[in-house]
Amino acid sequence: MAITLNINGTKKSVDVPADTPLLWVIRDELKLTGTKFGCGMAQCGACTVHLNGAPQRSCVMPVGAAASMSITTIEAVDDQYSQALQAAWEELDVPQCGYCQSGQIMSAIGVLKNHPNPTDQNIDNGMSGNICRCASYGNIRKAILLAASKIKTTEV
Amino acid sequence: MVNDNKTLSSLSRRRFIQGSAAGLVIGVHLPMFVGKSAFASPASNDLAANAFVRVNSDNTVTVLIKHIEFGQGAYTGLATLVAEDMEAAWSQMRAEHAPTNVDLYKNLAFGVQGTGGSTGLANSYLQMRRAGANAKQLLVNAAAQEWGVPATEISVNEGVVSHSSSAKKATFGELVKTASTLELPSEEPVLKSADSFRLIGTDVPKIDSMEKSTGQAQYTLDIYQPNMLTAVVAHAPAFGATVKSFDATGAKKVAGVVDVKQIPSGIAVYGKNTHAAIKGRQALQIDWDFSKAETRSSEQLTKAFQAAVKQPGTEVVNRGDAKSIVANSSNRLEVEILFPYLAHAPMETLDAVMVFEGDKLTAWFGSQIPTMDQGSIAGNLGLKPENVTIHTMLAGGSFGRRTQPDAGFAVEAAQVAKAAGNGIPVKTLWTREDDIKGGRYRPMALHKMSAAMDQQGNITAWQHAIATQSILKGTMFESMMQNGIDPSSVEGVNDLQYEVPNLYVDLHDMEAGVPVLWWRSVGHTHTAYAVETFIDMLLEKAEQDPVQGRLALLGDRPREKGVLEHVAKMEAKAGPVPEGRARGVAVVKSFGSYVAQIAEVSVGDNQLPVVHHVWCAVDCGLAVNTNVVRAQIEGGLGYGLDAMLHGEITLGDNGQVEQSNFHDYTALRINQMPNVEIDIIKSAESPSGVGEPGTPPIAPAVSNAWRRLTGQYVQVLPFTKGIKRQNA
Repeated sequence: MAITLNINGTKKSVDVPADTPLLWVIRDELKLTGTKFGCGMAQCGACTVHLNGAPQRSCVMPVGAAASMSITTIEAVDDQYSQALQAAWEELDVPQCGYCQSGQIMSAIGVLKNHPNPTDQNIDNGMSGNICRCASYGNIRKAILLAASKIKTTEV
Repeated sequence: MVNDNKTLSSLSRRRFIQGSAAGLVIGVHLPMFVGKSAFASPASNDLAANAFVRVNSDNTVTVLIKHIEFGQGAYTGLATLVAEDMEAAWSQMRAEHAPTNVDLYKNLAFGVQGTGGSTGLANSYLQMRRAGANAKQLLVNAAAQEWGVPATEISVNEGVVSHSSSAKKATFGELVKTASTLELPSEEPVLKSADSFRLIGTDVPKIDSMEKSTGQAQYTLDIYQPNMLTAVVAHAPAFGATVKSFDATGAKKVAGVVDVKQIPSGIAVYGKNTHAAIKGRQALQIDWDFSKAETRSSEQLTKAFQAAVKQPGTEVVNRGDAKSIVANSSNRLEVEILFPYLAHAPMETLDAVMVFEGDKLTAWFGSQIPTMDQGSIAGNLGLKPENVTIHTMLAGGSFGRRTQPDAGFAVEAAQVAKAAGNGIPVKTLWTREDDIKGGRYRPMALHKMSAAMDQQGNITAWQHAIATQSILKGTMFESMMQNGIDPSSVEGVNDLQYEVPNLYVDLHDMEAGVPVLWWRSVGHTHTAYAVETFIDMLLEKAEQDPVQGRLALLGDRPREKGVLEHVAKMEAKAGPVPEGRARGVAVVKSFGSYVAQIAEVSVGDNQLPVVHHVWCAVDCGLAVNTNVVRAQIEGGLGYGLDAMLHGEITLGDNGQVEQSNFHDYTALRINQMPNVEIDIIKSAESPSGVGEPGTPPIAPAVSNAWRRLTGQYVQVLPFTKGIKRQNA
């Protein structure tokens, strides 16, 4: 069936069964490949996108349920949070294999939006849904704190 | 346009650069570009300076990386080596995977093109530096010709070629045109001395951090080709079971399912997209034949292992008279430690895109040993190896998962593509359930250790029996076995680092139908835990300090002692142990590198250890990129901690794997990751690997802290199973 999605600021029509996970529509139909498959059951966070601005797992979200929402993928994030985080990710060389890092960034944006001065506990709560098998966690934590400090400096 | 056919053919004569110290003859001849990725932009302005270095007229330098990049930093590390002796600016460096060509791109430690055993940087160290120096010489020669000055008067600095007396300058890019008309330099390049390094030994930024932080990096999963199908394969529910019969009627009714085919490893369902293929697979009816399957449960296998270590095994070491000293000792300690199967679970599951065209196969995937994958695909499908083209892709981790000696996954993907028909590209994808249930695990192992001590607490004899499955037996690596002993079953024990006068080691080579594979740090995953927890308990019984006691027993092992002394200093600086916590230490040499760790541990709410802090000292010889070394050591530590806390694959009744995804094969998460402090020992020794050596010491270090804190010596791994909970 034809479903119209509001994704990355544009309307896209896709012809897929309504139970198709949003992840596979984003990837297989729209060819936006930054959002990854890791588990298919909302355990690893590699597929994290923003629905109406909040991080969600796209691998368990039926595309039909996402039709009314504003969807943002890693390809289109572009605000003070994403910019500061991606700069911090590069500065601290966070990625190793890199496969999970789109999802990590998408979740980290959520952390900073809710907690401009995140505590370790805020970071644990916001990021523990994202698995990194390379265990780049120490650098992820440092990069989120670095990004937060840079945003604060800019605002001051 | 320097890369037209005429130029290429005139430059493509084989050339060799004679190696020096290591006596290697290293081919730095030209790549043919036959294996160039179809996804790379056409390189019309490239100068192929040699097999490893391309210089573009846009002034970028691309290094063809002969090792797969899957997080260990091969791109950055090898590019650093080239840039150093090429005198290139780091900002102009780029990296991409080399094509499949064993002559040009073999791992000098293996003789085949491939990555593993923490050899990537070590085997490339002089080769890449020579490639850089050789490319620099070509550019210098080009400048000499353009400017009409002697090459010996030209210098290169940060990517700028200059002649001081005439004040002439050029970038590498500006010299591409002239350089492409020249004969390649054939003389042995002169390498820089270590005291003039600008890049080696520093924290140059990783070459791929930004593309991996923006979703731009391209992995196998990200390949989409016109008319490409996606396939998933229904595999047997027990190892060794086969398809008796199947009914695809329901699967074919699923919207988007294109076809269903039987292949040797199961039933392949082809979809127009991933969802259709997965849904189609769920609708398959398959009757399996279990007559040749491994149907024993983990419990039954454990009993077989326990029975084995009571019997004599194959003798590995027999020094002195260990057996009778232990048997007759009145001061004897004995422990048995059980290790489970472990899955690797890299973030990107196994996947490949392959297409058959006539008698040729083209493949794109994270090929860890391309020579082996190419040969196995060719052999299984009746193709000529040269007709199998592999494009190595970035891979989302491996930890050993992508190095299958029989190339099992690569062959399966090739069979899937072949069954799809001529000219149809197929992406074969393993779901996480396929990955977790798919075998090729770190083998189960049982260690039985006994030691005798004299009245002064000196260890007089050590007897050690290991029961485990061989990783090498029955594979193309079987020739690495010595006298029937798989070195990866006993490494770390057969060369026990502690000086005990009497040592006896025997091995029980267990047969089981569960396929096993190397898993980050291989045998050391269990041997380090066995040795380092046992020695720690022996030292405690003898009322000796765990660090001083180890130092006294390490004899003539200066590098083990060096990291141990260093980590003890790091820990001492941190001050006394906080109330309610304890610290434990371990030191392990593996894959040529030396790592000591001290972990600070408390008891968590769920009665499991919480690891607060880890101090870590590393001696990996010359550290080419300290940034990459730290990341690898910390990551390896996290990987080992993950497994010791909760990593376990178990077989239930009828031999079926009981875990399936990250909900029951749990992974370490950010809230469980300790603060890690790493010091790298300054060293002029040859570089050695860091991919694996971070893993072995963490489990025994945490376990030793736990024993000192709680009195419990955990002898069944993982800790979730082995800890005797107070409430249990």
